[in-house]
Amino acid sequence: MIEELSGRDSLIHRLDPRVKIVLVFLFSVLVAVSDRFLVLLSALALGFCIALLARLPVKQLVGRLVPVNLFIVFLWFFLPFTFEGEPLFSVGPLVGTHEGVLYAARISIKSNAIMAVMIALVASTSILTLGHAMYELRIPKKLVHLFFFTYRYIHVIHQEYVRLVSAMKVRGFRPGTNMHTYKSFAHLVGMLLVRSSDRAERVYNAMLCRGFRGNLYSLSTFSLKSYDVISLVFMLAMMLALGVLEWTKMV
Amino acid sequence: MDEDGLMIHLEDICFGYPGRPSVLDKLNLSFYGGERMGLMGSNGSGKTTLFHIIMGLLKPSFGRIEIMGRPVKEEKDFREVRKRIGLLFQDADDQLFSPTVLEDVAFGPLNLGKSQDEAKEIAVRALESLGLAGFEDRITHKLSGGEKRLVSLATVLAMEPDVLLLDEPTTGLDEATEERLVDILKGLDVSYILVSHDLDFLKEVTFGITCMSNGTIVRDDERIPHTHIHVHEHGRYAHEHGRKWPHDKG
Ligand SMILES: Nc1ncnc2c1ncn2[C@@H]1O[C@H](COP(=O)(O)OP(=O)(O)OP(=O)(O)O)[C@@H](O)[C@H]1O
Ligand SMILES: [Mg+2]
Repeated sequence: MIEELSGRDSLIHRLDPRVKIVLVFLFSVLVAVSDRFLVLLSALALGFCIALLARLPVKQLVGRLVPVNLFIVFLWFFLPFTFEGEPLFSVGPLVGTHEGVLYAARISIKSNAIMAVMIALVASTSILTLGHAMYELRIPKKLVHLFFFTYRYIHVIHQEYVRLVSAMKVRGFRPGTNMHTYKSFAHLVGMLLVRSSDRAERVYNAMLCRGFRGNLYSLSTFSLKSYDVISLVFMLAMMLALGVLEWTKMV
Repeated sequence: MDEDGLMIHLEDICFGYPGRPSVLDKLNLSFYGGERMGLMGSNGSGKTTLFHIIMGLLKPSFGRIEIMGRPVKEEKDFREVRKRIGLLFQDADDQLFSPTVLEDVAFGPLNLGKSQDEAKEIAVRALESLGLAGFEDRITHKLSGGEKRLVSLATVLAMEPDVLLLDEPTTGLDEATEERLVDILKGLDVSYILVSHDLDFLKEVTFGITCMSNGTIVRDDERIPHTHIHVHEHGRYAHEHGRKWPHDKG
């Protein structure tokens, strides 16, 4: 899990988690609503700069971006052909349009830019701290829980998966194209769901036993330092510039 | 709260998992402050289930539970119970959930309303007392099985409970660590119920051993006939005892 990197130190790690959350949120909204390529590409560059500033190993960063981009590749198979507009190319009876390609390109850039800052955020802040910071920002408790437990349970599922796969491997399982493989995989998926939900319940029980009442606390106190304020102002200025760029396109 | 009062009192507790025969059947238990009770019982006899019932994680279908003199029924009551009684889970993987060891151990104290500095201090002290100094920044799920056990114990001790429920604390510990655990347990100022299959360990760290079978607690003073199996030289070869070997004289 990427939060393992949260114990490291970097400019981004040292930033107040509340500032990080606010900035990531504003950045994501800005990127999501922008259309102009100049703006999107700048945002993408900015996103990667932030991820690098968080001293994320490039390999890790790319590794996390792969699943998102697999999904995007999938979109590229559909979007160019489903948009009305100027024909650009054709594959058999299917006609790819100029607009469709642009739309797909926008989505690709937007997703990568947003993912980059999200990864930087999660990799530079421990999950409990993040939860605590969200409370401080007056985000509703239910949402914070949803976030926290989704994150936790993804982790649980992953751990169970690793365990099950090793259990199969040590007994000589080698995937192939036969009934035994399909059956084993079906069992794997079934067991994964059952075991993860059991485990999740037990972990939750263990939390209850240690006095968990729905509040997440952090070991660190948050205090806005001048460094945080400077970063906040700087990033807001950058985003404002991007926003102006986007807006001037329309007028 | 008086030290030697009745800490845990269970009366006619019945419990069964859905669709299965009952696990606990009219179980009675009285546990007093200052006591150190060993609990034995075959696999599947319901020891873990009993602990979970005491902590309010499972609800009995019948029976009364009194903790520290107060009847407990609802989740709200059990929240108070969990501040006074600490449960060490049988599986350490269930217990640890924070990324780093320090955060995990400090989780309990923070929930109890301790300040960050206090919580940190308590956590560090709990780790130190278990010989885990320097483990603070380790990633919990990357610890070895035995290390996870000890860190789990630290998370429970950090709650500074009056009573500990320890579900097989020695599984996965090497001899040296087990000995350390014996010393730690002997030095602790808490009462506990300890589940283990290791009779020698139980004898060392508890004042009395209680057995569970058929869903109830078998009274201590009852004598149960049993056979021993022991390790034996040359056990692999069939032989009779008392037979004279040819070269034996007399
Ligand atoms: N979640 C569950 N759902 C259904 N049945 C369960 C569940 N957990 C335990 N059981 C059953 O309840 C019985 C008692 O289980 P329990 O875990 O309390 O035993 P135990 O005394 O702790 O055993 P061990 O010494 O192996 O840890 C067993 O027969 C077990 O199969
Ligand atoms: Mg058990």
